[in-house]
Amino acid sequence: MKGAEILIDALIKEGVDTIFGYPGGVLIPVFDVLFSTKEINFILPRHEQGAAHAADGYARATGKTGVCLVTSGPGATNAITGIATAKLDSTPMVIISGQVSTKLIGTDAFQEADMLGLTRSICKHNCMVTDVKDLPRTIKEAFHIANTGRPGPVSIDLPVDVSNADFPDYKYPETIELPGYKPVIKGNKKQIQKLADAINIAKRPLLYTGGGIISSSASDNLLQLVEKTNIPVATTLMGLGSIPYNHPYYLGMPGMHGFAAANYSFTECDLLIAVGCRFDDRITGPLNTFVTQAKVAHIDIDPAEIGKNIHTEIPVVGDAKLVLEKLVDIVKERKPNAWNERVTELKEKFKLTYNQDENEKILPQYIIDSINKFIPDDAIVVTDVGQHQMWSAQFINHKHPRSFLSSGGLGTMGFGLPAAMGAAVGQPNKMVVNICGDGGFQMNIQELATCAINNIPVKSIILNNTYLGMVRQWQDLFWEKKYSQTCLKQDPSCPPGCTGPNGSCNKQYWPNFVKVAEANGVKGFRIESPSEINNVLEEAFKVDGPVVVEVLVDKLVNVFPMVPSGKKINEIIFGDEK
Amino acid sequence: MKSKHTIILTVINTVGVLTRVTGLLAQRGYNIESTIAAPTENPNIYKIILVVEGSAQNIEQVTKQLNKLIDTLKVTDISHDNNFIVREYIILKVNVTKKTRSEVLELLEVFSARPLDVSQSHIIMELSGRAKKIDRLIELLKPYGINEYVRSGEFAMTEYDM
Ligand SMILES: Cc1cc2nc3c(=O)[nH]c(=O)nc-3n(C[C@H](O)[C@H](O)[C@H](O)COP(=O)(O)OP(=O)(O)OC[C@H]3O[C@@H](n4cnc5c(N)ncnc54)[C@H](O)[C@@H]3O)c2cc1C
Ligand SMILES: Cc1ncc(C[n+]2csc(CCOP(=O)(O)OP(=O)(O)O)c2C)c(N)n1
Ligand SMILES: [Mg+2]
Repeated sequence: MKGAEILIDALIKEGVDTIFGYPGGVLIPVFDVLFSTKEINFILPRHEQGAAHAADGYARATGKTGVCLVTSGPGATNAITGIATAKLDSTPMVIISGQVSTKLIGTDAFQEADMLGLTRSICKHNCMVTDVKDLPRTIKEAFHIANTGRPGPVSIDLPVDVSNADFPDYKYPETIELPGYKPVIKGNKKQIQKLADAINIAKRPLLYTGGGIISSSASDNLLQLVEKTNIPVATTLMGLGSIPYNHPYYLGMPGMHGFAAANYSFTECDLLIAVGCRFDDRITGPLNTFVTQAKVAHIDIDPAEIGKNIHTEIPVVGDAKLVLEKLVDIVKERKPNAWNERVTELKEKFKLTYNQDENEKILPQYIIDSINKFIPDDAIVVTDVGQHQMWSAQFINHKHPRSFLSSGGLGTMGFGLPAAMGAAVGQPNKMVVNICGDGGFQMNIQELATCAINNIPVKSIILNNTYLGMVRQWQDLFWEKKYSQTCLKQDPSCPPGCTGPNGSCNKQYWPNFVKVAEANGVKGFRIESPSEINNVLEEAFKVDGPVVVEVLVDKLVNVFPMVPSGKKINEIIFGDEK
Repeated sequence: MKSKHTIILTVINTVGVLTRVTGLLAQRGYNIESTIAAPTENPNIYKIILVVEGSAQNIEQVTKQLNKLIDTLKVTDISHDNNFIVREYIILKVNVTKKTRSEVLELLEVFSARPLDVSQSHIIMELSGRAKKIDRLIELLKPYGINEYVRSGEFAMTEYDM
């Protein structure tokens, strides 16, 4: 069998049903095999970055490993942002990049890029296959590494002569031998007991949960723990959906744009139980000011996360699901107490609200809240990066795990559309909504054609505020309203020092998103006033196929609450609503 | 408080493993004072010995990150441990004149350093020992004019079985 055939056979044996990729010279042997492979649904995004994000979205929506296949040189470098995005959010992915022939490596050959060097720091593991005999083992190991322990992207570089080489004795390996890779799955019993003891005596315990709950499918266990102990829960951006939004002890997302009730609870708790989260700076603020009154316990599968940022008294290394299962067994029941009353009071006092006047411009919060009415319970909401992302985190009614997909760690603009496309391919029976900004939508706008051609029914809602809103917000609040290069209507004739539309700006906005949609074979809609929302959304969500809905929103709205960078978690600034 | 740590890494001998290790340290903002990498009694296994400066917390983080590399079999931070042997090796060329030659040779004897090449204008010597001893000899030879030297970085081995 030839290397290229072995590769595809190995992928099928790993249960791969979908590949997102793009061909090129060194991959022709592999694409030649794909030509007659029926087991694999091949999707051809229109840019390799799109392919990588699509594989990532597929993985986030399904829990399976996403697969991305790109050619050497420019194909590989185009995928880099997608790999880094997956690394920072710990999503399981296998990226196979073609490479020039082993004989040419190091000679600056045509379309040669040092993919091993380029990906080393942005993936969980990488390697180059230089002998076809190593190919089966490498594929087996890659899938194992990507989707066990702390998930992450694994990058395989495949020189073209290896794809062409013959390996008559090919057999797909059944076992894996990786003496240097043994993730700890089962938590240490003594440590779990210690944690249970700490919970039993805590007066003001708080659960802080994240993406690890979702990757270990531990939502049910988390709920059981909360049922038994009545401990309030705050969930990071990456953990949204791991507990239903309307659970009485759910406090919302903590952090820079988190719910005030969640943030204040961090300051007031006496035991912080972190599960599958990594004390990101968007949450902690200055480390020496974070939860100074509380004992910290941390359950995480990655020992390097424990104590990385915050001193941890009770470390538990292990899979969140297994550890929580055990914890639920041994922890004592805990009745709601004064602390529960306190957090409930905080929750009531700091409810997120907005005041939409039907005759005024559409508030971004209002359009996002309206989306809730039109999507089924099991819909998947994907976001891009910016203000709309934070409003989606705040106002979408998160109900299930794997139903809110967002680039949190790298914060990659351009993630939304391709990731939504991947999610829709992976979950064909679920509605997939992509909420994005007018800036980010342009970063992978080419994938509209991919959606149209393959009838991938992503519903994109563009919140057009004519700004790179999130950056403009910082300029507004901390940089004297100097909107340097954040207005997307700005042209060379604009007066210097313009601080934004004060009614007199009559510049044209480009592109015309509705026309772009239509030009790509996607149905386009535009909503300009609050009264149009219900009718248009209803119609748009009924379309059997992809749609783009451009919503002209109030331009200068800022996201609140906000903890300015460098401030403590409880130094919150509020908007006009509160 | 920052201090120097000697870390012994046992890794699988794969292509680019040293780059993975040093790259990881650079990526996470640690300066490597010295590295030695060489095969061991088992040709599939490499030992890498790193000297890194950092606080105890920094070093704990580094060792955990190094442990996560798929090719890493074992990471031992031996700086908090008395039961280990550590050596450095140096080859040094010092300038001499007729007048200073015997003085320098005497000094080398005190340090048990071995002259390898003695000429009109210089002496080349070798010495192995703890870093401190080597530093001291360099200090004492400076006035004569050190032409050049190469140091190995630290070798280390625990006295007990790792
Ligand atoms: C503009 C912008 C603003 C943001 N503002 C906020 C904000 O206000 N609030 C907020 O929360 N985030 C915010 N984020 C996101 C933030 O940057 C981080 O991505 C996020 O907080 C990290 O989530 P996490 O801690 O759940 O970790 P993740 O990145 O989801 O990491 C998962 C953790 O779980 C562990 N894990 C994985 N699998 C398992 C398993 N099986 N068992 C146990 N553990 C496991 C991993 O080792 C890791 O420690 C923002 C992002 C952007 C772009
Ligand atoms: C690829 C990339 N480039 C730049 C940034 C920095 N950045 C973060 S949010 C943002 C603005 C996004 O604007 P838009 O897509 O219109 O969304 P909005 O904030 O207006 O909702 C920018 C430029 C980024 N996150 N990603
Ligand atoms: Mg915008």
